[in-house]
Amino acid sequence: MTLPFAIIAILTIAAAVAAMSLRNLVHCALALTLAFAGLAAAFLNLDAQFVGFAQILVYVGAVAILIVFAILLTRGGETPEKSVFSASWAWGLAVAVVVFATLAWAITKSAVVERRPAEQVEASVRQIGDALMTRFVLPLEVIGLLLTAALMGAVIIAMREEGKSK
Amino acid sequence: MTPLAGYLLLSAMLFAIGLAGALTRRNAIIVLIGIELMLNAANLNFLAFWRFGEHPEALAGIMFVIFSIGVAAAEAAVGLALIIAIYRHYKTANVDEVNSLKG
Repeated sequence: MTLPFAIIAILTIAAAVAAMSLRNLVHCALALTLAFAGLAAAFLNLDAQFVGFAQILVYVGAVAILIVFAILLTRGGETPEKSVFSASWAWGLAVAVVVFATLAWAITKSAVVERRPAEQVEASVRQIGDALMTRFVLPLEVIGLLLTAALMGAVIIAMREEGKSK
Repeated sequence: MTPLAGYLLLSAMLFAIGLAGALTRRNAIIVLIGIELMLNAANLNFLAFWRFGEHPEALAGIMFVIFSIGVAAAEAAVGLALIIAIYRHYKTANVDEVNSLKG
């Protein structure tokens, strides 16, 4: 385990824990942005430059702004007086701990983790573009259709109902 | 600890944190944030297996992550629109107070 990976891992996990446990929703959104940035650094550490920068553009840029807008539109900016955790929080926490224990046990017992990385991988934007336009052109078209449908669906769902203006 | 095990354990940890948040928090926006964290943990797994896999030149892992980011963006947009619609109807964004289908 190298030093950059350790720094990235500690930063990402601390930010994720903060995003899930802070009381003020705006603080949660900011901590989440930090966690996404840490994940982008992990992607860059794995020699996936294009995906790392796409992660910064999509998550640190767009999704974080979207979440902040949703928090402000639902008046979540104030810190709530009541508990922020649901009544059955102990069960949820227990399920998460069991899931992590199972995954960690499977990972440490697996023979896959002994693999060494390939010497030098080349994943330039040019190669990714070539692959997107040849082998993966059908998934690209489908994802375009999906994003168009989601765009229209989101606008229609969030539109004010007719004659019920409050 | 081997490098691949480190990435896989980081991903499992993020998945568990996201799952804990999605299961224990009352606010619907935080539940959605937890789901986003879980999706990102899966992306980290894809990239780790791509980097440490047999044929990284095939770019399969990178393509998976690109399409997964696209689907997650669509999911976030629709999910937040649903939360705003629910807030307009019930005047709350807490998932345990939204407990009737008829409204």
